[in-house]
Amino acid sequence: MVYLDNSATTRPDPEVIRVVADVMENVYGNPSSLHGWGGKAERLLKQAREVTARLLGVSPGSLVFTSGGTEANNMAIKGVAFQHRNRGRHLITTQVEHAAVLEVCRQLELMGWKVTRLPVDESGRVRPQDVEAAMTEETVLVSVMHTNNEVGTIQPIPEIGRIVSQYPKAFFHVDAVQAFGKCELRPREWGVDLMSLSAHKFHGPKGVGSLYVRKGVTLSPLLTGGGQEEGFRSGTQNVPGIAGFAKAAILAEERRGEAVPRWLRWKEEMIEALTSSVDDLKINGDQSAEGGAPHILSLSFPGLKSEVIVHALEEKGVYVSSKSACSSKGEKPSYVLKAMGLSDEVALGAVRISMGWTTTQEDICQCIKALTEVIPRLKHVMKGVSK
Amino acid sequence: MSGLILIRYGELALKGKNRVQFENQLIRNIREKLSSFSGIKVKKTFGRVFVELNGQPMNPVVEELTEVFGVVGISPATEVESDLDQIRAAALELVQRLEPRPRTFKVIAKRAWKGFPHSSQEINHLLGSYILKNSEGIRVDVHQPELALRVEVRREGTYLYGRDITGPGGLPVGSSGRVMLMLSGGIDSPVAAYYVLKRGAALEAVHFHSYPFTSERARQKVEDLGQVLTRYGGEIRLHVVPFTEIQTQIREKCPSPYMITIMRRFMVRISEELARRNGALALVTGESLGQVASQTLESMNAINDVTRMPILRPLVGMDKQEIMTVSRRIGTYDISILPYEDCCTVFQPKSPVTRPAVDRSRELEAQLDVETLVRDAVEATECVTLKRETTKDKEEFSYF
Repeated sequence: MVYLDNSATTRPDPEVIRVVADVMENVYGNPSSLHGWGGKAERLLKQAREVTARLLGVSPGSLVFTSGGTEANNMAIKGVAFQHRNRGRHLITTQVEHAAVLEVCRQLELMGWKVTRLPVDESGRVRPQDVEAAMTEETVLVSVMHTNNEVGTIQPIPEIGRIVSQYPKAFFHVDAVQAFGKCELRPREWGVDLMSLSAHKFHGPKGVGSLYVRKGVTLSPLLTGGGQEEGFRSGTQNVPGIAGFAKAAILAEERRGEAVPRWLRWKEEMIEALTSSVDDLKINGDQSAEGGAPHILSLSFPGLKSEVIVHALEEKGVYVSSKSACSSKGEKPSYVLKAMGLSDEVALGAVRISMGWTTTQEDICQCIKALTEVIPRLKHVMKGVSK
Repeated sequence: MSGLILIRYGELALKGKNRVQFENQLIRNIREKLSSFSGIKVKKTFGRVFVELNGQPMNPVVEELTEVFGVVGISPATEVESDLDQIRAAALELVQRLEPRPRTFKVIAKRAWKGFPHSSQEINHLLGSYILKNSEGIRVDVHQPELALRVEVRREGTYLYGRDITGPGGLPVGSSGRVMLMLSGGIDSPVAAYYVLKRGAALEAVHFHSYPFTSERARQKVEDLGQVLTRYGGEIRLHVVPFTEIQTQIREKCPSPYMITIMRRFMVRISEELARRNGALALVTGESLGQVASQTLESMNAINDVTRMPILRPLVGMDKQEIMTVSRRIGTYDISILPYEDCCTVFQPKSPVTRPAVDRSRELEAQLDVETLVRDAVEATECVTLKRETTKDKEEFSYF
């Protein structure tokens, strides 16, 4: 099996699995219990928080563990909106965010908030001057993703951070779920107030994520109860999951240095092989080493349906994605590709290839081989149909 | 061009013969504080202390230095060759890099090396006009400039200083002897520690632990507080005294209004003995006058009655609000407010006596075998050495 859908989820690293299993077996106390067995779990949480914080260059107290990226995004956006509703009721985001941001904004819109969804250029990037122009006295939150999950384009986060920091009433949230372990993240230096992460995108367990909350930022909690996570997120902590998150985060940062050049090389290899053997291929998003995520390659084969390509590749044992896995069941063309100005035809024929640590040279060769066989065949069939 | 920090230390200059000793202590403390940055050099030249960054980033180093007592001012500097073109370029870059950009400036040049072809006055003009010509929105103000750009020309190189960051002041830790702090886990005692460290005392701490009336977490909390204090004090030894037996006996044999007074008398006796054994010359507490019932002058008399060792109370003139402000600033507040019982709250009587009498305290204590209780507690005391966190070698879990 050639698994190239790592932006949907990754295979948990064996070392991570060992840590999670060991914690489940040996550190099962409730971190809130007073006795020593609870204390042990609490200390483990503390250590996990510290090592993760160190990787991000933030203070341990600024990390809140959640059930994943979606919860982190909800916590950030609703948390700011509800807590600071008296400051204003205007949110700014982009047209290419993940559903876990866009749907939250839509929900708030129904409750009376005003939402500006900024357009992007043909590579999928928002222009900082558009953010600046959209800022009003009413703006309480700007939410912009770091790395786009469908095409990999990286947004100008430091520039936007500088703009938002000039508006003392407004907070800046960054959905960095696709970025961690692939790009260097420096929320403190970038003027980011809130940043979402998810472990299963970097070979950690599912069901655990984290929200960076800059010291001093207050949020209305989504979940209230026992006051865990400094009151930001009640509920007994997922101790094994959090330990797995920290372990995976360490490995991701350790391996980033050598994985990134490898991914970039393979991406180039795929682009080169496919442009020479497939007519009419379109590459979506920014594919430069600086402007795009190293591990994501989005390709369009106009005239073909992405779903058909995914299944045809699956027959050859190659697993890729039609668009973001969470939305791939809908039949509408991807709103991300549409926002980038692609025609319906191009947008409907897009597939996403995404790599992880487990990806090998052999996988890439097989993927190229499968695509060069499958695409001409499908095209031939489609031509037959149209006649 | 390389990064350099000039350290200013004011009060030391007044100390006559001790000066060299104090300077050396300061340099030792700075070296220790910066030991986690590899390649950094701390040097004393021309009667001043310089930190050479050797490729390490400026800001984290400056941040560390703001926690070293004895440092009055921190001036990030640039070093270039004593060549006019290089000096000009460095001066301009320094002005343009400052955040926020200064609107007014003046140059204060000092030509220590008379072989340099321009006099100090000439350098002022040459640099000033060069900066004016090459940057916008800045003018000269010789009286109250926002930026005083100091330039020092020496044969081996020229130093340029722009910013001046205020240091914590005080005296280098270790230059005023050693004290024993009574560390409870509350808000006050870490702040008291901060002020004695500021006056140059090296710190040891004593904590009274009444397991199971106080939990392991209460003890952990105290270790965490001590850990924060190592940022200012370097290595700190924490003496953990088993206090359950003494508290139980006091509770059994003494009337409850006097419990706190008698308990404190025991604490002072034990602390004094530990101080003696460890070469400390004074005790330190976080008491402030009249803050709670046990901190009245009568109470202090009743407590001081058992020792001849000085008890320093650096917070005596401070309000609770002021103490809390400092506590937040030095990073102990968030730990101090964790809600674990400590040995002072666990047997808190309903109506403690606010004006305990010395005689009455002595009389009530006569029913206890004070000497044995104190000796046993001292003998069973456990000592933990807290070091500044430089590596993660002492982590409990090996998962990461």
